[in-house]
Amino acid sequence: MAHTTEEVLAGLAELINDETGISPDQVTLEKSFTDDLDIDSISMMTIVVNAEEKFDVKIPDDEVKNLTTVGEAVSFITKAQG
Amino acid sequence: MSELRQSHGPAGTQIMSLGAARGDLVVSNDDLAGPIDSSDEWIRQRTGIIERRRSSAAEGAIDLAERASTEAIAKAGIKPTDIGAVIVATISNSVQTPSLAALLADRVGATPAAAYDISAACAGYTYGIAQADALIRAGVAQYVLVVGAEKLSDFAKPTDRSISFLLGDGAGAAVVGPSDSVGIGPTVWGSDGSKWDAVGMDHTLKEAFDDPEGEFPTLRQDGQAVFRWAVWEMAKVAQQALEVSGISAQELTAFVPHQANMRIIDEFAKQLGLPESVLIARDIQTTGNTSAASIPLAMHRLLEEHPEASGGYALQIGFGAGLVFGAQVIRLP
Repeated sequence: MAHTTEEVLAGLAELINDETGISPDQVTLEKSFTDDLDIDSISMMTIVVNAEEKFDVKIPDDEVKNLTTVGEAVSFITKAQG
Repeated sequence: MSELRQSHGPAGTQIMSLGAARGDLVVSNDDLAGPIDSSDEWIRQRTGIIERRRSSAAEGAIDLAERASTEAIAKAGIKPTDIGAVIVATISNSVQTPSLAALLADRVGATPAAAYDISAACAGYTYGIAQADALIRAGVAQYVLVVGAEKLSDFAKPTDRSISFLLGDGAGAAVVGPSDSVGIGPTVWGSDGSKWDAVGMDHTLKEAFDDPEGEFPTLRQDGQAVFRWAVWEMAKVAQQALEVSGISAQELTAFVPHQANMRIIDEFAKQLGLPESVLIARDIQTTGNTSAASIPLAMHRLLEEHPEASGGYALQIGFGAGLVFGAQVIRLP
């Protein structure tokens, strides 16, 4: 079943917390993964792979480069769920 | 008309001994941080590397290969002339031809052994072990010298932020020979050329030659794509290598993955769910990423630090530019 935007955001925040220890309340739609949350490229990829499994979506390597903010990632995942 | 004969060898093979040689210079993160606008902390956090070994101008990949091979041959207790084939896995031979292997065979006295190089980047050593195992069991050679030898600092660009600061210089050698029991399990190997651009040279030699201001080609990678493939796809390959060998993760003494990046090694171990009893090679911390040389170098060090591991099973897996990969379970010498 498709997840709502709020559910995807909460799920993503949980994955980010698992990988980096960043508090879930810091993870808001307008935040940039690199500039605001200071997530490096390797952690980002770990989060991407875990998000694919959690939300049952495919996030291609080329697409990852376009996902600079939490909001863009949430939007991509929500749409990709069909 | 006579029928053709075929050769047959022993049913089992083993890695009899290992040899190691690292570059003669210790290069710290601070030594490399300036041109990539970085810091010791940034490099440590992303790669787990504290320092790497590189070779001075006088020391080439062939010199490293010779040092490692001399040690391995002496430890195996065989004469160099008993070696039927010399296989060198390398991406840093300084010429297109002849091979580094032919020169190495001559330097160590393994004449007139068959000698050739393998271009399988960071998987090259596992490809070499697969070939040595097959050559011996087919009766084509009694002993095979397999060497991973790299002087990657010749292909590192100081301003490149994708891979250059990871790279080190070194060589690791193994003597493979017959065994009464199976010491080298089946190899799981393959390639994915659809990711040919993920890691490799930044341009061709011809382009460099044709452009009067052209630079010598150096290594670069798409780190994110490589990381994803190296962990999640290679975890499946490692799992297959265990399955076809009939060995469970609980029965492993050691896990010796290609020393690409500590973060890959850590995530890899997590994905495989290895028991805590399994020793994990982390030679990258002070050697750097030495491509084809990294597995034998890491295994050599692991055996120096844990001599009791000798005789146990180790899962080794190489993966890199191609993309290519190879994995097998071997009995530690």
